[in-house]
Amino acid sequence: MVRVSLEELYKEVILDHYRAPRNKGRLDPYDVALERNNPLCGDEIELFLKFDGDDLQGIAFDGKGCSISQASASMMTEKVKGLSAADARAVAESIKRMMAGEEEGDDKELEDLVSLKGVTKYPVRIKCALLGWNTLVEALDESGKAPAETS
Amino acid sequence: MSLDALAIRKDFPIFETEAHGKALVYLDSAASSQKPRQVIDRMVRFYETEYANVHRGIYELGEKATAAFEGARESCRRFIGAPSTRSIIFTRGTTEAINLVRFTWARENVKEGDEIVVTEMEHHSNLIPWQLLVAETGATLRVLPIDNDEHRLRMDLIDDVINEKTKLVCVGLMSNVLGTINPIREIADKVHAVGGRIMVDAAQAAPHLKFDVTELDADFLAFSGHKMCGPTGIGVLFGKEELLEEMPPFHGGGEMIREVWTDRATWADLPNKFEAGTPAVAQAVGLGSAIEYLEGLGMDNIRAHEIEITRYALAKLTEIDAVIYGPRNAEDRGGVIAFGLPEVHPHDMATIVDQEGVCIRAGHHCAQPLMRCLGVPATARASFYVYNTEDDVDAMIVALEKSKGWFA
Repeated sequence: MVRVSLEELYKEVILDHYRAPRNKGRLDPYDVALERNNPLCGDEIELFLKFDGDDLQGIAFDGKGCSISQASASMMTEKVKGLSAADARAVAESIKRMMAGEEEGDDKELEDLVSLKGVTKYPVRIKCALLGWNTLVEALDESGKAPAETS
Repeated sequence: MSLDALAIRKDFPIFETEAHGKALVYLDSAASSQKPRQVIDRMVRFYETEYANVHRGIYELGEKATAAFEGARESCRRFIGAPSTRSIIFTRGTTEAINLVRFTWARENVKEGDEIVVTEMEHHSNLIPWQLLVAETGATLRVLPIDNDEHRLRMDLIDDVINEKTKLVCVGLMSNVLGTINPIREIADKVHAVGGRIMVDAAQAAPHLKFDVTELDADFLAFSGHKMCGPTGIGVLFGKEELLEEMPPFHGGGEMIREVWTDRATWADLPNKFEAGTPAVAQAVGLGSAIEYLEGLGMDNIRAHEIEITRYALAKLTEIDAVIYGPRNAEDRGGVIAFGLPEVHPHDMATIVDQEGVCIRAGHHCAQPLMRCLGVPATARASFYVYNTEDDVDAMIVALEKSKGWFA
Protein backbone atom coordinates (compact mmCIF):
# COMPACT_ATOMS: atom_id res chain seq x y z
CA MET A 1 0.00 0.00 0.00
CA VAL A 2 1.21 3.46 -0.88
CA ARG A 3 1.98 5.49 2.18
CA VAL A 4 0.05 8.74 2.14
CA SER A 5 1.06 11.40 4.59
CA LEU A 6 -1.47 13.10 6.79
CA GLU A 7 -0.17 16.43 5.52
CA GLU A 8 -1.93 15.72 2.24
CA LEU A 9 -5.25 15.32 4.02
CA TYR A 10 -4.94 17.99 6.67
CA LYS A 11 -3.55 20.79 4.53
CA GLU A 12 -3.15 24.11 6.30
CA VAL A 13 -5.98 25.66 4.32
CA ILE A 14 -8.36 22.89 5.45
CA LEU A 15 -7.35 23.29 9.08
CA ASP A 16 -7.83 27.03 8.72
CA HIS A 17 -11.36 26.70 7.36
CA TYR A 18 -12.12 24.16 10.11
CA ARG A 19 -10.87 26.44 12.88
CA ALA A 20 -12.49 29.56 11.44
CA PRO A 21 -15.36 28.50 9.19
CA ARG A 22 -16.66 31.14 6.74
CA ASN A 23 -20.38 31.78 6.37
CA LYS A 24 -21.14 29.58 9.35
CA GLY A 25 -24.53 29.95 10.95
CA ARG A 26 -28.11 30.36 9.85
CA LEU A 27 -29.34 32.71 7.15
CA ASP A 28 -32.52 34.66 7.73
CA PRO A 29 -34.39 35.30 5.56
CA TYR A 30 -33.57 32.50 3.15
CA ASP A 31 -35.16 30.96 0.07
CA VAL A 32 -34.05 27.36 0.55
CA ALA A 33 -32.91 25.53 3.68
CA LEU A 34 -31.86 21.90 3.51
CA GLU A 35 -30.55 19.55 6.17
CA ARG A 36 -28.50 16.51 5.24
CA ASN A 37 -26.23 14.08 7.03
CA ASN A 38 -23.87 11.22 6.37
CA PRO A 39 -25.82 8.31 7.80
CA LEU A 40 -22.71 6.23 8.34
CA CYS A 41 -20.70 8.73 10.32
CA GLY A 42 -23.13 11.29 11.65
CA ASP A 43 -21.74 14.41 9.97
CA GLU A 44 -24.54 16.95 9.76
CA ILE A 45 -25.04 20.06 7.68
CA GLU A 46 -27.85 22.53 7.23
CA LEU A 47 -27.47 24.75 4.18
CA PHE A 48 -29.24 28.06 3.59
CA LEU A 49 -29.53 29.75 0.20
CA LYS A 50 -30.79 33.25 -0.58
CA PHE A 51 -31.26 34.33 -4.18
CA ASP A 52 -31.29 37.66 -5.92
CA GLY A 53 -32.96 36.73 -9.19
CA ASP A 54 -30.93 33.73 -10.36
CA ASP A 55 -27.85 34.71 -8.39
CA LEU A 56 -26.81 33.19 -5.08
CA GLN A 57 -26.76 36.37 -3.08
CA GLY A 58 -26.33 34.59 0.25
CA ILE A 59 -25.22 31.18 1.42
CA ALA A 60 -24.53 29.88 4.91
CA PHE A 61 -24.16 26.52 6.60
CA ASP A 62 -24.63 25.18 10.06
CA GLY A 63 -23.71 21.78 11.34
CA LYS A 64 -21.44 19.46 13.22
CA GLY A 65 -18.87 17.17 11.78
CA CYS A 66 -15.29 16.31 11.15
CA SER A 67 -12.69 18.79 9.91
CA ILE A 68 -13.02 17.61 6.31
CA SER A 69 -16.81 17.95 6.12
CA GLN A 70 -16.87 21.33 7.83
CA ALA A 71 -13.85 22.80 6.01
CA SER A 72 -15.18 21.62 2.66
CA ALA A 73 -18.56 23.24 3.34
CA SER A 74 -16.85 26.46 4.43
CA MET A 75 -14.73 26.61 1.26
CA MET A 76 -17.81 25.83 -0.80
CA THR A 77 -19.75 28.80 0.54
CA GLU A 78 -16.84 31.13 -0.30
CA LYS A 79 -16.53 29.67 -3.78
CA VAL A 80 -20.15 29.83 -4.89
CA LYS A 81 -21.37 32.95 -3.14
CA GLY A 82 -22.40 35.51 -5.77
CA LEU A 83 -22.43 32.98 -8.62
CA SER A 84 -25.51 32.32 -10.68
CA ALA A 85 -27.39 29.20 -9.67
CA ALA A 86 -26.28 27.50 -12.89
CA ASP A 87 -22.62 28.35 -12.31
CA ALA A 88 -22.82 27.19 -8.70
CA ARG A 89 -24.21 23.88 -9.90
CA ALA A 90 -21.43 23.58 -12.46
CA VAL A 91 -18.78 24.10 -9.76
CA ALA A 92 -20.45 21.53 -7.50
CA GLU A 93 -20.67 18.95 -10.29
CA SER A 94 -17.05 19.56 -11.17
CA ILE A 95 -15.92 19.06 -7.54
CA LYS A 96 -17.95 15.85 -7.38
CA ARG A 97 -16.21 14.59 -10.53
CA MET A 98 -12.84 15.59 -9.13
CA MET A 99 -13.48 13.71 -5.88
CA ALA A 100 -14.58 10.67 -7.88
CA GLY A 101 -11.27 10.80 -9.73
CA GLU A 102 -12.98 11.52 -13.04
CA GLU A 103 -11.55 14.99 -13.49
CA GLU A 104 -8.24 16.64 -12.67
CA GLY A 105 -9.60 20.10 -11.90
CA ASP A 106 -7.91 23.37 -12.79
CA ASP A 107 -5.80 24.37 -9.81
CA LYS A 108 -6.06 28.07 -10.63
CA GLU A 109 -9.84 28.04 -10.80
CA LEU A 110 -10.13 25.80 -7.76
CA GLU A 111 -8.19 28.15 -5.49
CA ASP A 112 -8.54 26.86 -1.88
CA LEU A 113 -10.50 23.87 -3.15
CA VAL A 114 -7.28 22.37 -4.53
CA SER A 115 -6.74 21.23 -0.98
CA LEU A 116 -9.60 18.74 -1.37
CA LYS A 117 -7.51 16.73 -3.84
CA GLY A 118 -5.58 15.27 -0.91
CA VAL A 119 -8.81 13.81 0.45
CA THR A 120 -9.15 11.55 -2.60
CA LYS A 121 -6.18 9.58 -1.25
CA TYR A 122 -8.30 8.71 1.79
CA PRO A 123 -11.30 6.99 0.17
CA VAL A 124 -13.28 6.67 3.40
CA ARG A 125 -13.16 10.45 3.87
CA ILE A 126 -14.42 11.43 0.39
CA LYS A 127 -18.00 11.25 1.67
CA CYS A 128 -17.11 13.80 4.35
CA ALA A 129 -15.75 16.23 1.76
CA LEU A 130 -18.81 15.82 -0.46
CA LEU A 131 -21.52 16.30 2.16
CA GLY A 132 -21.73 20.07 1.61
CA TRP A 133 -21.54 19.81 -2.16
CA ASN A 134 -24.22 17.14 -2.43
CA THR A 135 -26.44 19.23 -0.19
CA LEU A 136 -25.84 22.26 -2.41
CA VAL A 137 -26.86 20.38 -5.53
CA GLU A 138 -30.04 19.19 -3.84
CA ALA A 139 -30.78 22.68 -2.55
CA LEU A 140 -30.34 24.09 -6.05
CA ASP A 141 -32.72 21.41 -7.34
CA GLU A 142 -35.22 22.54 -4.77
CA SER A 143 -34.81 26.20 -5.71
CA GLY A 144 -35.75 25.44 -9.32
CA LYS A 145 -33.22 28.09 -10.38
CA ALA A 146 -30.68 25.76 -11.97
CA PRO A 147 -32.27 22.75 -13.60
CA ALA A 148 -30.00 19.72 -13.87
CA GLU A 149 -28.48 19.21 -17.31
CA THR A 150 -30.59 16.83 -19.29
CA SER A 151 -27.76 15.38 -21.32
CA MET B 1 -3.09 -10.36 33.82
CA SER B 2 -5.38 -13.30 34.06
CA LEU B 3 -4.71 -14.18 30.46
CA ASP B 4 -1.37 -14.23 28.71
CA ALA B 5 -2.47 -11.91 25.94
CA LEU B 6 0.99 -11.88 24.36
CA ALA B 7 0.89 -15.65 23.97
CA ILE B 8 -2.71 -15.48 22.74
CA ARG B 9 -1.72 -12.98 20.05
CA LYS B 10 0.43 -15.70 18.48
CA ASP B 11 -2.77 -17.65 17.78
CA PHE B 12 -4.01 -14.82 15.55
CA PRO B 13 -2.26 -14.65 12.17
CA ILE B 14 -3.57 -11.12 11.52
CA PHE B 15 -1.01 -9.79 14.01
CA GLU B 16 1.74 -10.89 11.66
CA THR B 17 0.55 -8.16 9.29
CA GLU B 18 1.30 -4.46 9.62
CA ALA B 19 -0.81 -1.33 9.27
CA HIS B 20 0.90 1.61 7.59
CA GLY B 21 4.23 -0.05 8.31
CA LYS B 22 3.51 -0.23 12.03
CA ALA B 23 2.50 -3.06 14.32
CA LEU B 24 -1.24 -3.64 14.13
CA VAL B 25 -3.12 -2.39 17.20
CA TYR B 26 -6.64 -3.74 16.74
CA LEU B 27 -9.14 -2.02 19.01
CA ASP B 28 -12.35 -2.68 17.10
CA SER B 29 -13.35 -6.14 18.27
CA ALA B 30 -16.81 -4.86 19.21
CA ALA B 31 -17.40 -4.50 15.46
CA SER B 32 -15.86 -7.86 14.67
CA SER B 33 -13.14 -9.91 16.30
CA GLN B 34 -10.06 -11.32 14.66
CA LYS B 35 -9.82 -15.08 14.09
CA PRO B 36 -7.41 -17.52 15.73
CA ARG B 37 -5.46 -20.07 13.69
CA GLN B 38 -7.42 -22.84 15.46
CA VAL B 39 -10.71 -21.66 13.96
CA ILE B 40 -9.28 -20.97 10.52
CA ASP B 41 -7.58 -24.39 10.46
CA ARG B 42 -10.74 -26.13 11.65
CA MET B 43 -12.73 -24.67 8.77
CA VAL B 44 -10.04 -25.55 6.25
CA ARG B 45 -9.84 -29.10 7.59
CA PHE B 46 -13.62 -29.40 7.43
CA TYR B 47 -13.66 -28.33 3.78
CA GLU B 48 -10.68 -30.53 2.93
CA THR B 49 -11.69 -33.75 4.67
CA GLU B 50 -15.26 -33.69 6.03
CA TYR B 51 -17.36 -31.58 3.70
CA ALA B 52 -20.73 -32.63 2.29
CA ASN B 53 -24.24 -31.33 2.72
CA VAL B 54 -25.80 -32.10 6.09
CA HIS B 55 -28.83 -34.20 7.09
CA ARG B 56 -28.99 -35.84 3.66
CA GLY B 57 -26.18 -38.16 2.71
CA ILE B 58 -26.40 -41.84 3.54
CA TYR B 59 -22.71 -42.02 2.71
CA GLU B 60 -20.00 -41.72 5.35
CA LEU B 61 -18.87 -38.26 4.29
CA GLY B 62 -22.36 -36.88 4.75
CA GLU B 63 -22.44 -38.41 8.21
CA LYS B 64 -19.10 -36.81 9.07
CA ALA B 65 -20.32 -33.39 7.95
CA THR B 66 -23.57 -33.78 9.87
CA ALA B 67 -21.70 -34.87 12.99
CA ALA B 68 -19.43 -31.80 12.80
CA PHE B 69 -22.41 -29.50 12.21
CA GLU B 70 -24.49 -30.96 15.02
CA GLY B 71 -21.42 -31.01 17.25
CA ALA B 72 -21.21 -27.25 16.76
CA ARG B 73 -24.85 -26.94 17.78
CA GLU B 74 -24.07 -28.82 20.97
CA SER B 75 -21.14 -26.46 21.65
CA CYS B 76 -23.50 -23.49 21.27
CA ARG B 77 -26.01 -25.11 23.63
CA ARG B 78 -23.36 -25.72 26.27
CA PHE B 79 -21.92 -22.21 25.85
CA ILE B 80 -25.18 -20.47 26.77
CA GLY B 81 -26.54 -23.09 29.15
CA ALA B 82 -29.56 -24.03 27.04
CA PRO B 83 -31.41 -27.16 28.18
CA SER B 84 -31.51 -28.76 24.71
CA THR B 85 -30.05 -28.42 21.22
CA ARG B 86 -33.67 -28.29 20.03
CA SER B 87 -33.65 -24.64 21.12
CA ILE B 88 -30.48 -23.77 19.19
CA ILE B 89 -31.32 -22.42 15.74
CA PHE B 90 -28.52 -21.48 13.39
CA THR B 91 -29.05 -18.17 11.61
CA ARG B 92 -26.89 -15.81 9.57
CA GLY B 93 -26.27 -13.79 12.69
CA THR B 94 -27.95 -11.80 15.43
CA THR B 95 -29.87 -9.61 12.99
CA GLU B 96 -31.47 -12.55 11.23
CA ALA B 97 -32.20 -14.22 14.57
CA ILE B 98 -34.09 -11.17 15.82
CA ASN B 99 -35.95 -10.84 12.53
CA LEU B 100 -36.90 -14.51 12.77
CA VAL B 101 -38.68 -13.73 16.05
CA ARG B 102 -40.31 -10.71 14.46
CA PHE B 103 -41.70 -12.67 11.51
CA THR B 104 -42.84 -15.74 13.45
CA TRP B 105 -43.58 -15.33 17.15
CA ALA B 106 -44.33 -11.61 17.02
CA ARG B 107 -46.63 -11.83 13.99
CA GLU B 108 -48.72 -14.42 15.78
CA ASN B 109 -48.72 -12.78 19.18
CA VAL B 110 -48.60 -9.00 18.75
CA LYS B 111 -51.83 -7.18 17.94
CA GLU B 112 -53.08 -3.65 17.76
CA GLY B 113 -53.01 -2.02 21.19
CA ASP B 114 -50.16 -4.21 22.45
CA GLU B 115 -46.85 -2.70 23.47
CA ILE B 116 -43.30 -3.62 22.54
CA VAL B 117 -40.53 -2.26 24.76
CA VAL B 118 -37.05 -1.35 23.53
CA THR B 119 -34.31 0.63 25.27
CA GLU B 120 -32.61 3.84 24.32
CA MET B 121 -29.26 2.06 24.04
CA GLU B 122 -30.34 -0.69 21.63
CA HIS B 123 -28.26 -1.51 18.59
CA HIS B 124 -30.30 -0.86 15.44
CA SER B 125 -30.60 -4.63 14.95
CA ASN B 126 -32.76 -4.86 18.09
CA LEU B 127 -34.73 -1.70 17.28
CA ILE B 128 -35.57 -1.51 13.58
CA PRO B 129 -37.29 -4.95 13.40
CA TRP B 130 -39.62 -3.76 16.18
CA GLN B 131 -40.27 -0.41 14.52
CA LEU B 132 -41.29 -2.35 11.41
CA LEU B 133 -43.45 -4.71 13.46
CA VAL B 134 -45.42 -1.97 15.20
CA ALA B 135 -45.97 -0.22 11.87
CA GLU B 136 -47.40 -3.47 10.52
CA THR B 137 -49.53 -4.46 13.52
CA GLY B 138 -50.67 -1.18 15.05
CA ALA B 139 -48.88 -2.02 18.29
CA THR B 140 -47.01 0.71 20.18
CA LEU B 141 -43.27 0.98 20.74
CA ARG B 142 -42.29 2.01 24.25
CA VAL B 143 -38.76 3.12 25.06
CA LEU B 144 -36.98 2.60 28.35
CA PRO B 145 -34.64 5.61 28.58
CA ILE B 146 -31.14 5.83 30.03
CA ASP B 147 -29.90 8.28 32.65
CA ASN B 148 -27.67 11.24 31.85
CA ASP B 149 -24.94 10.35 34.28
CA GLU B 150 -23.49 6.89 33.64
CA HIS B 151 -25.99 6.12 30.89
CA ARG B 152 -27.63 3.14 32.55
CA LEU B 153 -31.18 1.97 31.98
CA ARG B 154 -33.69 3.95 34.02
CA MET B 155 -34.84 0.97 36.05
CA ASP B 156 -36.86 3.37 38.22
CA LEU B 157 -39.22 3.79 35.26
CA ILE B 158 -39.56 0.12 34.46
CA ASP B 159 -42.92 -0.38 36.16
CA ASP B 160 -44.41 2.30 33.97
CA VAL B 161 -42.82 1.13 30.72
CA ILE B 162 -43.53 -2.56 31.30
CA ASN B 163 -47.22 -3.04 31.99
CA GLU B 164 -50.23 -5.26 31.24
CA LYS B 165 -50.06 -4.31 27.56
CA THR B 166 -46.42 -5.37 27.18
CA LYS B 167 -46.01 -8.32 24.82
CA LEU B 168 -42.25 -8.25 24.31
CA VAL B 169 -39.24 -6.48 25.81
CA CYS B 170 -36.18 -6.23 23.53
CA VAL B 171 -32.95 -5.47 25.33
CA GLY B 172 -29.22 -5.97 24.89
CA LEU B 173 -27.27 -7.85 27.54
CA MET B 174 -24.25 -5.59 26.94
CA SER B 175 -24.27 -2.27 25.10
CA ASN B 176 -22.01 -2.21 22.05
CA VAL B 177 -21.28 1.48 22.66
CA LEU B 178 -21.32 2.07 26.40
CA GLY B 179 -20.36 -1.41 27.50
CA THR B 180 -23.16 -1.25 30.06
CA ILE B 181 -24.20 -4.68 31.34
CA ASN B 182 -27.96 -4.63 31.74
CA PRO B 183 -29.94 -6.40 34.51
CA ILE B 184 -31.63 -8.92 32.22
CA ARG B 185 -33.01 -11.20 34.91
CA GLU B 186 -34.67 -8.32 36.71
CA ILE B 187 -36.27 -7.15 33.45
CA ALA B 188 -37.26 -10.72 32.53
CA ASP B 189 -39.03 -11.15 35.88
CA LYS B 190 -40.92 -7.89 35.32
CA VAL B 191 -42.12 -8.81 31.85
CA HIS B 192 -42.97 -12.39 32.81
CA ALA B 193 -45.09 -11.07 35.68
CA VAL B 194 -47.32 -9.32 33.13
CA GLY B 195 -47.37 -12.28 30.76
CA GLY B 196 -44.93 -10.87 28.20
CA ARG B 197 -41.71 -12.22 26.73
CA ILE B 198 -38.12 -11.01 26.54
CA MET B 199 -35.79 -10.96 23.51
CA VAL B 200 -32.15 -10.59 24.55
CA ASP B 201 -29.54 -9.31 22.10
CA ALA B 202 -26.37 -11.00 23.31
CA ALA B 203 -24.21 -10.15 20.27
CA GLN B 204 -21.95 -7.93 22.35
CA ALA B 205 -22.06 -10.05 25.50
CA ALA B 206 -21.44 -13.55 24.15
CA PRO B 207 -17.76 -13.00 23.27
CA HIS B 208 -16.91 -11.51 26.66
CA LEU B 209 -19.27 -12.62 29.40
CA LYS B 210 -20.34 -15.98 30.73
CA PHE B 211 -24.11 -16.20 30.97
CA ASP B 212 -26.77 -18.86 31.18
CA VAL B 213 -30.10 -18.52 29.37
CA THR B 214 -31.88 -20.43 32.09
CA GLU B 215 -30.53 -18.17 34.84
CA LEU B 216 -31.42 -15.11 32.76
CA ASP B 217 -34.85 -16.64 32.08
CA ALA B 218 -34.55 -15.38 28.51
CA ASP B 219 -37.38 -16.38 26.17
CA PHE B 220 -35.30 -15.57 23.10
CA LEU B 221 -31.60 -14.74 22.89
CA ALA B 222 -29.40 -14.10 19.87
CA PHE B 223 -25.68 -13.89 19.21
CA SER B 224 -23.26 -13.82 16.27
CA GLY B 225 -20.17 -15.88 15.52
CA HIS B 226 -18.00 -13.16 14.04
CA LYS B 227 -17.65 -11.11 17.22
CA MET B 228 -16.40 -14.13 19.18
CA CYS B 229 -13.50 -15.47 17.11
CA GLY B 230 -15.83 -17.29 14.72
CA PRO B 231 -16.58 -16.68 11.04
CA THR B 232 -19.11 -14.27 9.56
CA GLY B 233 -22.44 -15.52 8.26
CA ILE B 234 -23.33 -17.62 11.29
CA GLY B 235 -25.21 -16.87 14.49
CA VAL B 236 -27.65 -18.44 16.87
CA LEU B 237 -31.18 -17.88 18.00
CA PHE B 238 -32.00 -19.51 21.29
CA GLY B 239 -35.70 -19.83 22.05
CA LYS B 240 -37.55 -21.60 24.82
CA GLU B 241 -38.66 -24.91 23.39
CA GLU B 242 -42.34 -24.44 24.19
CA LEU B 243 -42.36 -21.14 22.30
CA LEU B 244 -40.47 -22.50 19.30
CA GLU B 245 -42.86 -25.46 19.10
CA GLU B 246 -45.85 -23.16 18.71
CA MET B 247 -44.25 -20.77 16.26
CA PRO B 248 -44.89 -20.99 12.52
CA PRO B 249 -41.86 -21.53 10.27
CA PHE B 250 -39.74 -18.56 9.12
CA HIS B 251 -38.39 -19.41 5.66
CA GLY B 252 -39.90 -22.21 3.62
CA GLY B 253 -37.83 -24.66 1.63
CA GLY B 254 -35.86 -27.84 2.00
CA GLU B 255 -34.66 -29.09 5.36
CA MET B 256 -37.54 -27.53 7.32
CA ILE B 257 -40.25 -29.99 6.19
CA ARG B 258 -41.47 -33.39 7.27
CA GLU B 259 -43.93 -34.32 4.49
CA VAL B 260 -44.74 -32.37 1.38
CA TRP B 261 -47.64 -32.54 -1.04
CA THR B 262 -48.13 -30.18 -3.96
CA ASP B 263 -50.63 -28.14 -1.98
CA ARG B 264 -49.42 -28.46 1.61
CA ALA B 265 -46.67 -29.61 3.91
CA THR B 266 -45.89 -30.45 7.51
CA TRP B 267 -42.91 -29.15 9.39
CA ALA B 268 -39.77 -30.77 10.63
CA ASP B 269 -39.01 -31.03 14.33
CA LEU B 270 -37.00 -28.42 16.14
CA PRO B 271 -34.59 -26.96 15.37
CA ASN B 272 -34.78 -27.83 11.65
CA LYS B 273 -38.23 -26.23 11.32
CA PHE B 274 -36.42 -22.88 11.33
CA GLU B 275 -33.46 -23.84 9.16
CA ALA B 276 -34.72 -23.87 5.57
CA GLY B 277 -32.19 -24.54 2.84
CA THR B 278 -28.59 -25.67 3.09
CA PRO B 279 -27.21 -24.02 6.22
CA ALA B 280 -23.85 -22.30 6.59
CA VAL B 281 -22.26 -25.62 7.43
CA ALA B 282 -18.57 -24.72 7.57
CA GLN B 283 -19.36 -21.46 9.38
CA ALA B 284 -21.28 -23.39 12.03
CA VAL B 285 -18.32 -25.72 12.44
CA GLY B 286 -16.09 -22.64 12.72
CA LEU B 287 -18.35 -21.18 15.40
CA GLY B 288 -18.20 -24.45 17.32
CA SER B 289 -14.43 -24.29 17.12
CA ALA B 290 -14.43 -20.66 18.29
CA ILE B 291 -16.49 -21.64 21.32
CA GLU B 292 -14.01 -24.39 22.15
CA TYR B 293 -11.20 -21.87 21.80
CA LEU B 294 -12.89 -19.40 24.17
CA GLU B 295 -13.76 -22.16 26.64
CA GLY B 296 -10.11 -23.22 26.53
CA LEU B 297 -9.09 -19.72 27.61
CA GLY B 298 -11.92 -19.69 30.14
CA MET B 299 -14.75 -17.16 29.94
CA ASP B 300 -14.07 -16.05 33.52
CA ASN B 301 -10.43 -15.38 32.64
CA ILE B 302 -11.50 -13.45 29.54
CA ARG B 303 -13.81 -11.30 31.64
CA ALA B 304 -11.10 -10.68 34.25
CA HIS B 305 -8.60 -9.72 31.53
CA GLU B 306 -11.06 -7.29 29.98
CA ILE B 307 -11.88 -5.68 33.31
CA GLU B 308 -8.15 -5.09 33.88
CA ILE B 309 -7.49 -3.62 30.47
CA THR B 310 -10.68 -1.54 30.55
CA ARG B 311 -9.76 -0.13 33.96
CA TYR B 312 -6.31 0.75 32.61
CA ALA B 313 -7.74 2.37 29.48
CA LEU B 314 -10.35 4.36 31.44
CA ALA B 315 -7.55 5.78 33.61
CA LYS B 316 -5.32 6.60 30.63
CA LEU B 317 -8.14 8.22 28.67
CA THR B 318 -9.04 10.31 31.71
CA GLU B 319 -5.42 11.50 31.86
CA ILE B 320 -5.68 12.95 28.35
CA ASP B 321 -9.01 14.63 29.18
CA ALA B 322 -11.19 12.36 27.07
CA VAL B 323 -14.94 12.49 27.63
CA ILE B 324 -16.01 8.95 28.52
CA TYR B 325 -19.55 7.67 28.10
CA GLY B 326 -21.13 4.91 30.15
CA PRO B 327 -20.35 3.44 33.56
CA ARG B 328 -17.12 4.68 35.17
CA ASN B 329 -16.41 1.42 36.95
CA ALA B 330 -14.75 -1.26 34.78
CA GLU B 331 -16.59 -4.02 36.65
CA ASP B 332 -19.93 -2.61 35.47
CA ARG B 333 -19.10 -2.64 31.80
CA GLY B 334 -17.70 -4.77 29.05
CA GLY B 335 -14.38 -4.09 27.32
CA VAL B 336 -15.71 -1.31 25.14
CA ILE B 337 -15.26 2.42 25.69
CA ALA B 338 -17.00 5.15 23.75
CA PHE B 339 -15.20 8.44 24.17
CA GLY B 340 -14.51 11.82 22.67
CA LEU B 341 -11.74 14.38 22.72
CA PRO B 342 -12.98 17.96 23.01
CA GLU B 343 -10.56 19.21 20.35
CA VAL B 344 -10.71 16.40 17.78
CA HIS B 345 -13.70 15.04 15.89
CA PRO B 346 -13.95 11.23 16.05
CA HIS B 347 -13.41 10.81 12.27
CA ASP B 348 -10.28 12.89 12.33
CA MET B 349 -9.15 10.95 15.36
CA ALA B 350 -9.72 7.60 13.65
CA THR B 351 -7.87 8.70 10.49
CA ILE B 352 -4.89 10.03 12.41
CA VAL B 353 -4.49 7.11 14.81
CA ASP B 354 -4.82 4.73 11.85
CA GLN B 355 -1.56 6.17 10.55
CA GLU B 356 0.02 4.82 13.74
CA GLY B 357 -1.42 1.36 13.09
CA VAL B 358 -4.23 1.84 15.63
CA CYS B 359 -7.72 0.71 14.55
CA ILE B 360 -10.52 2.40 16.48
CA ARG B 361 -14.08 3.00 15.40
CA ALA B 362 -15.61 6.41 14.79
CA GLY B 363 -19.28 6.97 14.13
CA HIS B 364 -22.66 6.19 15.58
CA HIS B 365 -21.97 2.47 16.13
CA CYS B 366 -25.42 1.47 14.82
CA ALA B 367 -27.03 3.25 17.77
CA GLN B 368 -28.24 6.62 16.52
CA PRO B 369 -30.92 7.13 19.21
CA LEU B 370 -28.20 6.61 21.82
CA MET B 371 -25.95 9.19 20.10
CA ARG B 372 -28.81 11.68 20.22
CA CYS B 373 -29.21 10.96 23.91
CA LEU B 374 -25.48 11.53 24.49
CA GLY B 375 -25.84 14.79 22.56
CA VAL B 376 -23.18 13.98 19.96
CA PRO B 377 -23.45 12.92 16.31
CA ALA B 378 -20.62 10.43 16.72
CA THR B 379 -18.08 9.11 19.20
CA ALA B 380 -14.80 7.28 18.99
CA ARG B 381 -14.83 3.76 20.35
CA ALA B 382 -12.07 1.44 21.49
CA SER B 383 -12.93 -2.15 22.27
CA PHE B 384 -10.75 -4.88 23.69
CA TYR B 385 -10.53 -8.63 23.44
CA VAL B 386 -8.37 -11.56 24.44
CA TYR B 387 -5.43 -10.45 22.29
CA ASN B 388 -5.20 -6.86 23.52
CA THR B 389 -2.60 -5.70 26.00
CA GLU B 390 -1.90 -2.57 27.99
CA ASP B 391 0.71 -1.81 25.32
CA ASP B 392 -2.15 -1.52 22.82
CA VAL B 393 -3.82 1.02 25.09
CA ASP B 394 -0.54 2.93 25.39
CA ALA B 395 -0.13 2.97 21.60
CA MET B 396 -3.66 4.35 21.26
CA ILE B 397 -3.02 7.05 23.84
CA VAL B 398 0.18 8.18 22.10
CA ALA B 399 -1.67 8.25 18.77
CA LEU B 400 -4.57 10.18 20.29
CA GLU B 401 -2.13 12.77 21.64
CA LYS B 402 -0.78 13.14 18.09
CA SER B 403 -4.31 13.71 16.81
CA LYS B 404 -4.71 16.52 19.31
CA GLY B 405 -1.56 18.09 17.90
CA TRP B 406 -3.19 18.55 14.50
CA PHE B 407 -5.98 20.67 15.87
CA ALA B 408 -4.18 22.52 18.66
